[in-house]
Order: sequence, then C-alpha cells, then structure tokens
Amino acid sequence: MINIANLSYSFGAASRAPVFSGISMKVRRGEFISVVGASGCGKSTLFKIIAGLLEPGSGEVSLHGQPPNSASERLGQVGYMPQRDLLLPWRTVLDNCLLPWELKRSGSKEEAVIQIRSMLQQFGLGDTGSAYPHELSGGMRQRVAVLRTIAAGNELLLLDEPFGALDAITKRELHRWLLELWSGLDKTVLFITHDLEEALLLSDRIYLMTGGAGGGMQEFITGLPRPRHHSQNYEPQFVALRQDLELKLYDNRLL
Amino acid sequence: MTTVFYRRLLREYSPAILLVLLILAVWETVSRLGQIPPFILPAPTAIWSALMEERGLLFGVHMPATLLEVLTGFALSVFCGSLLGTGMHLFRPLAKALYPLLIISQTIPLVALSPLFIMWFGYTLWSKVAVVFLTAFFPVVVGTYDGLGKNTEQYRELLLTLGANRWQILRKAAVPLALPSFFSGLKLSVVYCVIGATIGEWLGGSRGLGYFSRRMAGNLQSAEMFAAVVLLSALGITLFLCIATLEKLFLKKRGRYS
Repeated sequence: MINIANLSYSFGAASRAPVFSGISMKVRRGEFISVVGASGCGKSTLFKIIAGLLEPGSGEVSLHGQPPNSASERLGQVGYMPQRDLLLPWRTVLDNCLLPWELKRSGSKEEAVIQIRSMLQQFGLGDTGSAYPHELSGGMRQRVAVLRTIAAGNELLLLDEPFGALDAITKRELHRWLLELWSGLDKTVLFITHDLEEALLLSDRIYLMTGGAGGGMQEFITGLPRPRHHSQNYEPQFVALRQDLELKLYDNRLL
Repeated sequence: MTTVFYRRLLREYSPAILLVLLILAVWETVSRLGQIPPFILPAPTAIWSALMEERGLLFGVHMPATLLEVLTGFALSVFCGSLLGTGMHLFRPLAKALYPLLIISQTIPLVALSPLFIMWFGYTLWSKVAVVFLTAFFPVVVGTYDGLGKNTEQYRELLLTLGANRWQILRKAAVPLALPSFFSGLKLSVVYCVIGATIGEWLGGSRGLGYFSRRMAGNLQSAEMFAAVVLLSALGITLFLCIATLEKLFLKKRGRYS
C-alpha cells in the first residue's frame, strides 16, 4: 500500500539538525497502524510528507507499489485528517461532507448526496445532516470529520490524533464506534496517538518513532485478533502487551 | 417574547441613554443661564429648532448630496479595496510592493493634499469622492488581506490534500473565513466615508452637510452648524448599523450570533 524508505526532514536549511531521519515503514492494504512517539519527534511532519504537503529532505515515499513520486503528485491521493476537525462552520454537516465531491466533481450530485446520506447512517450520524457544526458535540464533530476524510474516496487515511482533544468518556465512545465500524470500511489507516491504550486497542501494528539525527522507527506487533471489543483493554493479554510497549518505549528513552 | 426583547434592549442601553439625557440637561441649563453667548454654545433646544427650521434644505439638498458622495466613495473603496486585498493575498510580491505604499498613503494629511484634488477634479462630485476614497479604502484592504491570511493555513492544507487548486481554496475556504475581518473593515470604512465627505465639502463645493456646517459656522449661526453636525453623526451611525445588520445576516449560520 505504502512504502517509506529512509525518509528524513529538516526545517529550513538542510544543514540544520533534522527533525527526523532514517524513517522506514511499510504498510499493507487493510492494516491499521499507529505511530507513537514523543512530542516534537516529527509525527505530524511525517504525515504531511505522506499526504504531499511537504517535500522530504531525502528518502522515498511510494504509494500503491508505484515508483516513488514527488510530494505534489501525492496531493489528493491520500486522505488526511488533522487534529482539529476543521469543519467549515457555515456549512451543514451534509454540505461539509460534500466538500470532497465539490472539489473533484466525479459523478452527479444526487449520487454523492445519496452516498453521504447512507454513510451518515452507517456512522451513527443519521439525523444530523442538516445541522451546523456548532450544534454538535465534540465527539460528533470528530465523527463527521472522519466521514469527510473517508468520503474523499482514498484508500489510505492519515489520522493525526483524531481523538486527542476529546475528554476520556467521549474518547472511549469513539473507540467503540470505530471498532464497530472498522471491519466494514475496507480502508488502510495510519494513526498518530499519544494514548498507548488507544494504540493497542485499535491497531494491528505500532511504530515507535524517535526523532533527531540518530532516530528511526521500531515496529511493535500487537497480535490481538479481530474483531475487537472496546472493553478488551481489561483482559490480561492486553495488560501484558501494554506493559511490553511501555518497557520498549522506556528502553528507547521515549518515556 | 417582544417584552423580553424590549426589556433586554432597555437594560443594555439605559445607562448610555441616561448619560446622554444628563449631559443634555446640564447643557440646556448652562445655556439658559445666559452666561455663554449662543454663538459659542447654542442650547440643545435651539439646535433642534434650527434643525426643524432648515429641514427642507438639510434633508432636501444637503443630506442627499453628502449621501451620494459617501455611497459613491464607499462603493469605490469596497470594490478597489477588496480587489487589492485579494490580489495581495494571491500574489506575495504584490503584497510586499504595495503594503508600504498603503501605509504611506494613510500618513499623508489629506487636508494638505486636497487642494490638488480640487485642481484635478474641480468642484465636482469627484473631488469629494477622491477624499472619501483615500480615507475609506484602507480599512477595506487591510480587512480583506488580513482576513484571507488569518487562520486559513490549516484549512488550506486540508483542502490541498482533498485535491483542491488555488482558486477552489480561495472560494471554498479563504473567502468565507475572511468575512468577519472583511466586515470589520467595512464598518470602519463606512464611518470614515462620512468624515471624508465632510472634509471634502469643507475644501470647496456648494452642497452637502459639511459645506452647510462650514458656511453656518462662518456666519456664527452655531445652532444651524450643530444641526448639520448632528445629521452627519446620525448618517454615520445609520450607515454603520446597516453594515452591522448585513454582517449578522451573512454570518448568522455560523452560530456566533444565535
């Protein structure tokens, strides 16, 4: 699905210390991958490079097994959702979700509306189509933002701490929601989080990212079977995994 | 429903209204004591009767003349200002070239420059419109330019990843996001327009509330002068409220005014 080889990036002049370097990762179709790392290690920058917003200092990114391409060629090919929901406040939920269609204009509007309406139903947002974003709760806005990202029609989705700004209860609710939704989505997800429990609960694999000149990626396989249940985090197997992950972070001086 | 509305209105504005009434009462009393000659400080009631006496001339001739200058200058300011602000947003070099010039244009004392306008445009509508334009277009440019550039970076990135081009980013995100700042610029601008028109009429002309007030001041007819000033102020307030209402209509959906 996506192959990243030896990526590095530095702000400003290339001679300055890099934000990260030696980043390599491979994501297969249908995987849910979390990226965990200290604040400032460049996770969001990595996502922006994959989405095509930034050109890397060195290294390669290739999508769908195609030869490596430049950042600007990837724009519009990868779904990207930043931490803030960034819903347009003057548009209804339906019109917000129609934005990707408006920009691409593939197919008729009626079809697009029908598709969005059925997605809203599937996402548990059935009766919010005509509401404005300020009328929704934080959790619902985040769901709408996820829907809009998916409605853009790309297979690979980059979610940059989508639940980071939510309170603990809403976050749990959204975990449950996402787990129930996941098997029917047929998407590939890269997911940034600071929440280890969230990473373990949702992902197939976790990459531990270290920034700076000597950093890199370390892989951690959760190995938990799917479909998963949101209260799985109390099972002994899960607790042991969590301990493992924390130890690994500690060894890497990430914690 | 309506009683609640009026009660809220009363609570909101009663301190200001009370203060104005108090000032008017003191003013009237001082004038009636006869210590200050009426041409120095006319009584509020004298101003009111002057307003009534001259109402035909004030509302029939001078007010429409000033209004025409204000509206022409404002329309020109909004058109050129928003065009310039958008152009500066889209082309960085244009912004770098123009921004210093714009600021310089605001530091020039207009009164000193206006004899030149009279020479260029004569005693026509356009010499006044030129003064109005120069005072009023600056807030529109700044409001447009700042609004388009502010808070739009994250939205720009999001739209780029959705495959949008520059034009789509401008239309779908930057312009709507700029509206609050644009309207702030308009509100400042429309008030400046009235001031600009008054200055323009002072410098030469035969009609308008500014012209009338200057002529009356020359004749020591202070009550009549004040009447024109009151009307100018009322004109500014009315135009400001018009723009504020327009703003509410435009931004109503965003939930900021609900």
